[in-house]
Amino acid sequence: MNSAAFVIIAILTLAGALAAATLQKLMHAALSFAVTFVGIAAFFFLLGAEFVGLALIFIYIGAVAVLIVFTILLTRRDVEKDRGFNWSGVAIAIAVFGALTWSILKTQSLSIVAPHVPALTVKRIGEALMTSYVWPLQCIGLLLTAALIGALILVMEEKR
Amino acid sequence: MNASFDQLFVGGKQWLLSWLTGAPDWIVQIVSSLINIFALLTVFLTLFALMSVLERKILGRIQNRYGPNRVGPFGLFQPVADGIKMLIKEDIVPARADKIVHFLAPILIAAAAILALGVIPYGRNMTPFTIDGGILFFFAVGSTTELAVFMAGWGSNNKFSMLGAMRAIAQMVSYELPLIITVLPAVMVVGSLNPDTIVAAQAGYTFGVVPRWFVFTPWGFAAFILFFVSGLVESNRTPFDVPEGESEIVAGHMTEYSGFKYATFFMAEYIGMFAITGLAATLFLGGWHAPLRALESVPSYVWFFVKLSALLFVYIWLRGTLPRTRVDQIMNFAWKFMLPMAFTCVIAAAVWHYADGGWRGWLWSFAVIAVVYFTLSILLDTRRKFAPRTYRFAE
Repeated sequence: MNSAAFVIIAILTLAGALAAATLQKLMHAALSFAVTFVGIAAFFFLLGAEFVGLALIFIYIGAVAVLIVFTILLTRRDVEKDRGFNWSGVAIAIAVFGALTWSILKTQSLSIVAPHVPALTVKRIGEALMTSYVWPLQCIGLLLTAALIGALILVMEEKR
Repeated sequence: MNASFDQLFVGGKQWLLSWLTGAPDWIVQIVSSLINIFALLTVFLTLFALMSVLERKILGRIQNRYGPNRVGPFGLFQPVADGIKMLIKEDIVPARADKIVHFLAPILIAAAAILALGVIPYGRNMTPFTIDGGILFFFAVGSTTELAVFMAGWGSNNKFSMLGAMRAIAQMVSYELPLIITVLPAVMVVGSLNPDTIVAAQAGYTFGVVPRWFVFTPWGFAAFILFFVSGLVESNRTPFDVPEGESEIVAGHMTEYSGFKYATFFMAEYIGMFAITGLAATLFLGGWHAPLRALESVPSYVWFFVKLSALLFVYIWLRGTLPRTRVDQIMNFAWKFMLPMAFTCVIAAAVWHYADGGWRGWLWSFAVIAVVYFTLSILLDTRRKFAPRTYRFAE
């Protein structure tokens, strides 16, 4: 059952990614990008990492996809225009693919029998974030607050 | 006897599954999920039909008129007539619309609303899908609604649709913050994101009379009110229905939809309402727990739906009472009042936790909320800017 689910999710994810790369209209590409995110989140669910999957949906579809879509809407006047074929993008994609394949093939395969890993629950993630990773968490919080205040200052009306 | 009534539906499902003994594990799993989905859809689509007629009846009562009373006894078959009308209407798609996006938007919005129903505990052992981070799942699924609304607005290729979608997304994003932050106090005190655990933590009674629901603690009460208001905004209901303000932008992102696609939007809105009120009942009103010890013999799912209906009645009541707010009023309210109050609830819950509950925790958390509330109301008071209003003829 798991392998069947894997194949279905893989097809969905790849189709979304392909559509995002090839579709003519920019908005369609952005929306198929969201489909890819759903596929990746489904992978995490399949692997039993619920929290990561949910956070992915939450952040990437609820926030990042909406952000991308609005950025396209508000900045591009040629949303409807066809995009030309982007050769540099192909070169970069081939380079990344080659690098990943090379590094995967170079890696010595580990012993097949994985040590017993306790289930990754939300509670354990929370405990880890609040104990061993509390400083990084606080720093990110500070950064996000600064970003929020910065955004507010940008849109604030100038009073004379 | 009582226990068997309480577990009627759970037992029914087990009986259905007992036909499958000997079948491979994955078939049983799929059939079990399908039964859950079927039950959810049946119950909530019926509730949607009932709610649509009851809403019109109650609004009619509030406005001193009859409301629908032609179809069936007391007009109860009105939704059937409405449904048939919607089904046989012509489906109009604008010529310049983006056909695929225009078609997919209502499907996506309905799917997101229905998925969110899956994690709410409807009774003892009656959570359709138990997920460790159920609350997180609810909001993760809910956040995809924004993209669907955008698709509806952009795909229609109409300025009113786009404006409506912009308004809807602006207020959804703004109110998602207080909505999620007001959930945190309950999650913090219980120490779990699982709705079942949160409901279980609200069992029992203080002094043997008052149920231990979170709404009866100062932080829980404040968080419940904030959650309820944010839920109103998230489901685009009056007084916060600017995204579909008829007098300004026709019907917002639903302007270019007709026939059954429009009905799907309508259904998604109501199902979203059920989901958010259901979560409010789960988090703050003790879920399926009975309000009195003497009433515990009544099945748990009855209590859940009683609480749900009570909250839905308040939705209708507010719709019949309050006028529509302006866009800037909604935004100001979100960022200047709701968000600070939501953070205060989190602090008050922490204070309650460190005072170990009891009367000291009650007093301290009450003090925290009261101080912030009164400070905010003094700071945000705009009445001082205006002179007292004088009426020439009304007095």
